[in-house]
Parts: sequence; structure tokens; C-alpha cells
Amino acid sequence: MLESIKNWASDFFVTGDPLIYGADAAIIITLVAIVFVLTYFKKWGWLWRNWLTTVDHKKVGIMYILSAFLMMFRGGVDALLMRTQLAMPELQFLQPDHYNEIFTTHGVIMILFMAMPFMFGLFNVAVPLQLGARDVAYPFMNALSFWLFFAGAMLFNLSFVIGGSPDAGWLAYPPYSELMYNPGVGQDFYIWGIQISGIGSLMTGINFIVTILKLRAPGMKLMKMPMFSWSVLASCIAIIFSFPILTATLALLFLDRYGGAHFFTLDGGGNPMMYINLIWMWGHPEVYIIVLPAFGIFSEVVSTFSRKKLFGYKSMVYAMMIISILSFLVWAHHFFTMGSGANVNAFFALSTMVIAIPTGVKVFNWLFTMFRGRISFESPMLWTTGFIPCFVIGGMTGVLLSVAPADFQYHNSYFLIAHFHQVIIGGVVFGYFAGLYYWWPKLFGFKLNERIGKWAFWFWNIGFYLCFMPQYVLGLDGMTRRLVTYSWDKGWWGLNLVSSIGAGLMGIAFLFQVWQIVHGIKHYRSNMDTTGDPWDGRTLEWSIPSPAPHYNFAVLPQVSDQDEWWEEKQRRQKEGYTAVAPELSPIHMPNNSGIPIMMAGCWFLAGFGFVFHWLWLIIPGLAGVALCMLAHSFNYDTDHYIPVEDIKHTEASLRGAANL
Amino acid sequence: MSSSQVTEASARAHHDHHPDMEEMRLLGFWIYLMTDVMIFGTFFATYIVLKNSTNGGPGPADLFELGGVIASTFILLASSYTCGLAVLAMNKGKLRALLGWLAITALLGACFIGLEISEFAHLVDRGATMGTSAFLSAFYTLVGTHGLHVSIGLVWMVALMLQLTKRGITPVTKRKVQVISLFWHFLDVIWIFVFTVVYLMGVS
Repeated sequence: MLESIKNWASDFFVTGDPLIYGADAAIIITLVAIVFVLTYFKKWGWLWRNWLTTVDHKKVGIMYILSAFLMMFRGGVDALLMRTQLAMPELQFLQPDHYNEIFTTHGVIMILFMAMPFMFGLFNVAVPLQLGARDVAYPFMNALSFWLFFAGAMLFNLSFVIGGSPDAGWLAYPPYSELMYNPGVGQDFYIWGIQISGIGSLMTGINFIVTILKLRAPGMKLMKMPMFSWSVLASCIAIIFSFPILTATLALLFLDRYGGAHFFTLDGGGNPMMYINLIWMWGHPEVYIIVLPAFGIFSEVVSTFSRKKLFGYKSMVYAMMIISILSFLVWAHHFFTMGSGANVNAFFALSTMVIAIPTGVKVFNWLFTMFRGRISFESPMLWTTGFIPCFVIGGMTGVLLSVAPADFQYHNSYFLIAHFHQVIIGGVVFGYFAGLYYWWPKLFGFKLNERIGKWAFWFWNIGFYLCFMPQYVLGLDGMTRRLVTYSWDKGWWGLNLVSSIGAGLMGIAFLFQVWQIVHGIKHYRSNMDTTGDPWDGRTLEWSIPSPAPHYNFAVLPQVSDQDEWWEEKQRRQKEGYTAVAPELSPIHMPNNSGIPIMMAGCWFLAGFGFVFHWLWLIIPGLAGVALCMLAHSFNYDTDHYIPVEDIKHTEASLRGAANL
Repeated sequence: MSSSQVTEASARAHHDHHPDMEEMRLLGFWIYLMTDVMIFGTFFATYIVLKNSTNGGPGPADLFELGGVIASTFILLASSYTCGLAVLAMNKGKLRALLGWLAITALLGACFIGLEISEFAHLVDRGATMGTSAFLSAFYTLVGTHGLHVSIGLVWMVALMLQLTKRGITPVTKRKVQVISLFWHFLDVIWIFVFTVVYLMGVS
């Protein structure tokens, strides 16, 4: 009896690696500390009422961004472990199996559990405010999306200490991800972690499309909408067409592993190339899903900090829409070398190169916006200017990769690694940082310290170039990706060492950012944003106090211009302007709900049951999901009205009674 | 006290003038259906690519018996018709007729599921399981996903009937009926493709 429990435990928990025992201890200590602090300060009720059950899009946004930062830490530690292993030849720091797990989790976490939630966080933070809306279209579903993402991310991360992590690469190519070659539970954690959070992503896509189409302030025609909201629309359209493909593909892989099906196996008539096609039909648009909103952020920032209207607004809109469509026509460029034939490769090579055109249009629009502008280099603008050269270089190496015959040389080499890190860090991560610094005062009511921010910026940038420029050369020298070690005689050690030092600098940069946030919270009183408009902004989110009241706008704004708030400020300075006291009426708001977090919890249990083939957990888990849905369907008391007196009171305390 | 009553009353009046909220939810459901089209599209593509990969086992022509499939097709089509009648009854404000037609729709849907389960059981009996070949994996996944959708629709329809008996026809229940009728017709359209691509093209 005792023996069988022991056997089970050593199977269930990952054992034998000091790094993992360290992680076990760290996780338990953190959990105990959280429980202790919440209990000691009697904060459980506060946490439940204000955060866990909230349907306020701004709070949901903050929770997304906080989770994204935690995941960036985890993914970043993975990256540093890999770069430590590769810093010198013939190191034994990580075992090959462990190394496989780490590059897999690094990729999955950074794209799906860092970039995606960071992006959704910024959607939530900014889109309703920019549109002059009081909420997203479906606030309940919005909270549910967040909790599903969170459940999926936790399930995926649990694999680190329970059962073992996936190790078949971030896209889990069969046949290596099939049961025959990968009998552990890692791949199942992969499937269910992504599947559960993927449902959330899909719902967010639907939510924001409807929000943008239906909840714009009166007068805001589509062609007057702020550019970030446009980019969100483009990104969400790509989400609703590509994420279902991911859902279906992972379901097929699950059936192979769990139901003995033969979709992608080498026997039984299966076809692994099917998987590779399907996964990239999602995977390529995914790249544009995460980068388009960053383009939207750059557009807002460039225009605000140059004190100029965005140059070529219409061409920017068309460029985004074209990119969002073209992203679906290029997937096969990820496997030029797999024998599709010259004509197929030529089609995908050309369609890939064509994307450079609208992207180039955008870069020139940003540059022309800066031209003769009154530029100020505060954090958001700093990241934007850092992005442009980085992305241009990354884009050019992308065009090099899209040349199908040449790709036979670059394929699966460090050249590719350097390319996609350059466009994703330079484009996506820098973009989201710009957005975070830009909207931070709107969220929290205070500005972050610029000095520490500059240190973070320079460490990130110098670290970035040191890390990835050598990798282009290493790739051309023949160093392949997913390599656990190499010998002295290859002559790669110098460049690898430089690359690892660069990675370390980026790690330090991240610490600067954490310090910047802690510092900001400690000294928030001296950096308060009392105006609600700290950057002299142009769009509607800057017309309300910081932090925004939970109903956003006491009176829905009437829009007549593209940069409505900027134009309004000009109008107010003209002679003869008289402020009209707005007439308030009760505001319709959704109620908080505990169902989203409970439903996500049930999904988590069901997912965990699927991973370990525990029917006794799968059934109650799925039944719980169904019960939560029914409970929500039967609940007709889903919203309330804020009385006028309360609005007056809130506005007076935020703006001072005179300014209402 | 009285002023708060007034605001509440005006608020409620305001609420009643909010049909656009329900319309917005309907739009969201249309977009959801597009995502479901993508899921089915992926399964259809998989099926078409793998339908000749029988791994030496039985192929479509050996397995499918059109008689039962045609029967279940007519049952599902009829249920789409009765679902339409339910919506017509609702638009005329006839609650009892609405409930009656929904019940008939749900019954027909249950018959369809029953036939599908017996077809699958029959196939498994003959040794044609999901693990036999890539063709059968794709078949069970595509047809089974449709069946799963119908089953979820059944639970949903019963839940909605309970709400209708309790609350009658209100803007909210009206929107909910419209949503499930969209879902039901959608499943019918998907089935037409399943019938054509899997069964008709399979036996020909």
C-alpha cells in the first residue's frame, strides 16, 4: 500500500532535479505567504468583491497585465536558463530532456500566456475608453475570458512540478507529440492549457468586434475612430478566423493521444503534414494578431508625442486590414523545405513578400508624423523610437527568409531565431511596453518614474542587439535551433557568449521595470496625475479623470472629429466658449458575478482530469461547467443602475465640484 | 425616498427602451457562428484529405447505409421547420404554441441523436472504430462534433423552455429563443454538408 503510494507520488510529482525542488519550495512558500497576508489583513472579502468577481473592463485589464508580467518572468527565466546552457561549448548545466522542456515552455508561455494576455489587457484598458463607451459589449463574458486564460495558464505551468512539462516544441509537431514518442503527460498539459485559454481568446475576439462596431460614442464614424481601436478590430477579425482552427487542431491531436485516433500518426493512415499545415494556418495569423495592436499603440503614441495628427490615417487603416487578410495566405512559408513543390513555395514566398508593402507604408506614416512635429521623448515615445529601427531590420531579415530557395539555408537555424525574436520583441514587446507606459496614469492615477524607465529602456535595447545580432551570424555559420550543446571546434563560442550576455542584460532590464512599478506605487503621491490628461492626449480616454471612474463617462461624449479630445481642447481655448453643464441620467451597469471564476475553476479541474485520464475528475469538472452556464442563463438580475446622486458625488470627488 | 423611486422608475422605463442591447447580443451570436463554421471547416478539410486513408480497413462505401441517414436527415430538417414555427408563434405572442413547437423540436432532435448513437454503435460492432483508420477517425470526429452540438442544443432548449414557463415572452427570452433558433438552423445547414460530403459522396 505505502509502496504503491510512493510509486504514484514519484510519477505524479516531478522529482530528481534540484532546480525543480527549488521551484516546489518557492511555489509553496509563495502560496502560504499569500494566504497568510490575505487572512492577516482580512482582505479575502475585498479581494473577492473588488477583483475576483469584477466585470469592470479596466480591472479585468489590470489582472491580464499583471498575469502577463508574471508569465514574462517565467518565460524569461526559461530564456536565461537556455542562454546559460549555450553560453559556452560542452556545458552540462541542463540535461537534454530538460532543455527540450524549457525551449517548449519558453515559446508557449511567451506567445500564448505573455503576449496574448498583455494584448488583451491593453484592449480592456484602452478600447472602451477610446470609443467613449461605458463598457465592453459583454462584460460577463469578458471576465469569463480572463478567468479561462488564467485557468489555462495555471494548468500549463503546473506541468513544471506535476507530471512533467511538454517537450515537443512550442507548436507540438507530430509525430513527436504523439503518444508513441511522447508517452508522458506533458503534451496533455500543453493541449488542455492552450485549449482552455483559447476559448477565452476567441470570446475576447467576438467581444471586442461587437464593442467596436456597436458601442462607439455618438458621431464616431469608423473613419474617425482612434487608430488603436482600428488595430484591435483588425486583430480580432484575425482571431475569430484563426483561433477556431487552433481549437480544432488541438482537439484532433487530443483524439490521437486519448482516443487512439490516427489523424497525425505515422501508422493507421495518419498524416503528420496535416497537423503542420493546420497549426500554421492558426500560427501565422497569430503573429499578426499580436503585432497589429502594437502598431495601433505606436500610432497613438507617435501622434500624441509629436503633437500632430497621424500622417496618412486612411492608408494606415487599409494597411492594417490588408495585413490582417494577407496573414492567412502565407502559412506555408514556415515549411518551405518540406517538399511542397516549386509552385506552392513560389506562391507562399510571394504572398509573404507582399506583406512588407503595407508594413512599409505604416513605418513611413510614423516617420512622417514625427517630421516637423514637436516631439517629446517620454517613456512611450522612447519605446516607439526604439521599435522602428529594430522592426525595420527584423522585417528585412524576414524578407530574406521569405525567399524560398534561400530559406533552405536559413531553415531551422539561429538566423530564423534571431529574425522572429527581433520582430516579436522589437514589435510586440516594445509596443506593449509603450502602451503600458502610455495608459499607466489613466489606470492608476499616477505616472511612473522616467529615470528608472530610461535605464530599463537602454538595458532592454542594448541587451537585445547583443543577444540577437550574433545569432544571425551563428545561423549563417550553421548553428541550428533546439541545440542543447556544441563542441569547441565549431567556432561558435564567442558569439554565443555575447548572445548570452545580451540575454542577461534584458533580464536586468526586466528587474528595472519591476523596480519602476514598486517605486511608482511607493511614491505615487508625488507623481499623481490630477489632470486626467498627463500627455496632452488626443483621444477620448484623456477627457475623463485618472483613474477612470467605474462607469467611465458620466455623460457619453458627442464626437465630431478624428482626434476629438484634442479638437475639443482647441475649441475650449477659443473666445466665446461657454461650458454647458451636462445633464446626468442614471447609468446602466452590469453586476459583479462569481460565475466566471467558478466556471474557469471547473474547466481547470476537467483539464487536469483529461491530463491524467481521471474520469472521476473529468465528469464533475465538465458538469460544473454546464451548471455554471445554466446558473448564468437562469439569472435575470444581471445589471443595475447608478443613481444620478452617486455619479455627481463620484465626479465631484474626482474632478472637484466646480469642474463637473 | 420618493426621488430615488422616481429615478428607479425612469431607469426601468429606460431599460425597456433598450432593445439594442438584445440586438447586440444577437450580433455576437452571429459572429460566434462564424467561428463555429471555421471549426467545422477544419474538420471537413481533415475528412476530405483523409477519407481515402482507410489503412486497409473498410471504406465509406462498405460502411454507410443510406436508409437510416436519410431518415435522420428528414428528422433534422423537420425539426428546423418546427423551430421556425416556434419563432412564428413567439412573434405572435403565443406562449403555449411556442412551448409546444419547442418541445416537438427537442423531441425530433433527440430522435436524431438516438439514430446517430445507434449508427455509431452498429459501426463499432462491425469493428469500425476511431482507431481503425485515419478515415474513420475523421468520420467520427466530424459527425460526432455535429452530434455534440445538437446534444448541447437540446439541454439548452429545455433550459430555455423552463425560463419561458416562468417568465413568459419578454425582450430577453425573445432574444434567447432567436439565438437558439439560429443555432438550430445552423446545425441543419452543417448537416446538409455532412450528408453530402460524408454520406452521398461516400457511397457513390
